[in-house]
Amino acid sequence: MWSRRSCRYRPDASGLEELRARRREQESALRKARRQQQLVSKRLLREDSLVNGDGQAGVEIASEPLSEQEILQLLRDVQRGTEERKKLLSRLRQGLQHKECQQKFVRLEGSMRVLIGLFTSSLANVQMEAARCLHELSHSSDPSVAEACLPATSYLLTYLSGHSVEFTELCLYTLGNLAVESDAVRKQLLPQGIIPALTSCIQSPHMAVLEGLGYVLSQLLQAREAPTKIIPLVLDSVLPQHMLRLVSSNLELGMGVAVEFAWCLHYIVCSHVNNALLISQGIVSTLVLLLLELASMISKAATEGLELLICPVLRCLSNLLAEDETEVCKVQIQDERLLVALFLFMQYFLQQHPFLVQECLWLLNNLTADEPIFCSAVLTLDLLPALLQLLSCSRMVTLLALTVLCNIAEKGPAYCHQLHQKAVLPSLLSTLALSDAQVVGQSLELLHLLFLQLPEAVDDFLRQAGLQALEQHQDNPQLQERVRALSETYLQPAAASLISCADASAAVLTSS
Amino acid sequence: MLLPPELSVSLRVERPMLPVQPCTPPRAPFCFSPSRLRFHRQHEFFEDGDIHRHLYLQDILTNVTEVTERSKVSEFCCHIVGCCQVFDTLEGYEHHYNTLHRNMCSFCKRSFPSVHLLDTHILEWHDSLFQIMAEKQKMYQCLVEGCAEKFKSSKDRKDHLVKVHLYPSDFRFDKPKKAKSSTKHSKPPSKLDMSMPMDVNVETYEQSQVDSMEICPSESMENPTQPVSGPISSLQEKKLYKSRIPSTICFGQGASRGFKSMKKKV
Repeated sequence: MWSRRSCRYRPDASGLEELRARRREQESALRKARRQQQLVSKRLLREDSLVNGDGQAGVEIASEPLSEQEILQLLRDVQRGTEERKKLLSRLRQGLQHKECQQKFVRLEGSMRVLIGLFTSSLANVQMEAARCLHELSHSSDPSVAEACLPATSYLLTYLSGHSVEFTELCLYTLGNLAVESDAVRKQLLPQGIIPALTSCIQSPHMAVLEGLGYVLSQLLQAREAPTKIIPLVLDSVLPQHMLRLVSSNLELGMGVAVEFAWCLHYIVCSHVNNALLISQGIVSTLVLLLLELASMISKAATEGLELLICPVLRCLSNLLAEDETEVCKVQIQDERLLVALFLFMQYFLQQHPFLVQECLWLLNNLTADEPIFCSAVLTLDLLPALLQLLSCSRMVTLLALTVLCNIAEKGPAYCHQLHQKAVLPSLLSTLALSDAQVVGQSLELLHLLFLQLPEAVDDFLRQAGLQALEQHQDNPQLQERVRALSETYLQPAAASLISCADASAAVLTSS
Repeated sequence: MLLPPELSVSLRVERPMLPVQPCTPPRAPFCFSPSRLRFHRQHEFFEDGDIHRHLYLQDILTNVTEVTERSKVSEFCCHIVGCCQVFDTLEGYEHHYNTLHRNMCSFCKRSFPSVHLLDTHILEWHDSLFQIMAEKQKMYQCLVEGCAEKFKSSKDRKDHLVKVHLYPSDFRFDKPKKAKSSTKHSKPPSKLDMSMPMDVNVETYEQSQVDSMEICPSESMENPTQPVSGPISSLQEKKLYKSRIPSTICFGQGASRGFKSMKKKV
């Protein structure tokens, strides 16, 4: 799939700014869509026909949209075979890149029928060109256009068992675009046997086909009704075993395949339908080993798009660790190398892709919650300074980092001692200066754990003007009880004894 | 970020685990207790990562797979006997081969899009045992992979395909073995001639032996509206025979001459 995108037109500086602006727009549109639970994206396979043989990029010339009359004429000519059919269809395809043209096309009576007839023809190049037209239609943002492609689905599925890589790939992406379109489409695809068709297709050795297949599956699995209608069917088939195999395969050749199946696994796991089954198939060890391998890749060479693969894998592991114990025996991970991998990821992505830091911390929380091995390793591997650095990042990152610190402190005095030795208090004092109540609240919880198990921490806290740092929150309803509790239980008695000590020593001095 | 150097080395060093003190439940007003967090699919925690994923799908991010250029080669011909298609890319040839030659029935030379359909065709068309067994038991297998249903007749199977699997009733790869001459489309006149077959194959729907589950190899680019070889209609047949037998022939004595009948001949 990506082979055709290698020579994208590279814009100059002003064009770059335009691109950035466009990206920001698209990003905010996506965010809005997600909040409305309508996050839908389609993929487009389109040949950059203007790329020269030596790889130099040509400028994409916008093709002229076709009028209704022109479309009609094209279709008539194709049926009569007056001109070379492939050329005619090529012209049609270029026209179909435009939305108005797509709409005109599907509204013409009989047009889809003709197109489907060409799509099922025995002339391979005509079939290919018709498939490209169908693909353009499937990518339309107008739902009526995409739904007009419904009569083609039985053929798209039939052709999945074919052997032509490019053609199968195109069929897969077309199906993926249609699948994400609406309920109605999926209500047709499922009884038509899309799952069995994908199950036999997944045995293909071709990466382009596998990536396309992963795409279709990821689109199906994102559907609103997926947890009830689709995921059970997938789990019933042999697809999960293949997904686990493919998610860690061929990483050196390109991660496109692994990325798709990683997201598929994430959509399945976070729906909590039957994670016990996946666990029994070895998903945990597969994903842990995958993360270790990805961590080793980071140090070797810069790999673009690594975060696209790491993100869903982290999510899967975190959710699997949090699986309900009554259903399945608790998932245990004890490989310390995973800890190192997580910190390597956080260091690598902190600047470019900060969203990944919070995903890593989520997993870190689930690992350290009741596994002392990891808590101990954070300290003995000297990872605490890195963790403390995260306390000055985004709200969610700070919150999660504090939670991890609480996990560590909760394990016992030896842990608190190490935390204190390695300067956790100054960082805590900084977080106390923040305004977010949840963040401050978590800091108070940490202070409580420290004071409870380590009296000397109290004195140090006082000496660093901790009391004043606390007092600024004493009127906050969410925090005041805890502030008062800390004050009364630990700080004031300690302050009093300090004063009395000072008095005593002053008395000794003055008397002498 | 301040990561210590030589982490992988430190990992291998023996580091005893710090001793754990059994934890007591939190005292009010403090409520913290370590717990594994779980997020459901729509949780806002996933927003940033999901957006990133979708930007990738919409091709706004960079590629992740190594690029392989499609190379052109000098023109070559399909090597199957009788096929004279020419290609200049390996992919083009591969597609042609898979469409026309790969899943080809060796009995009747018809091509199929998949092994599955080919096997079903051979079974139903060329296996004499099949016909015998079909009289007694359900032998027609559903065409959808994964569906194990079997049927007494081709029609029953087709009804199943339409009703249960929502297949189109004119699914190209499931036509009955004995062709009925298809009726002229009685649709209202549309801008496109709907009586023209929608495919580019040589044989038309009206006259051809419409075969089940097959792709007809197209030999030439004839005008599809011209009727081609097919079963001659019975009317034409009669005319042909009439014209062959001279009226002077007489069978037996006293019999009426030739095929003279009571009625006046045309």
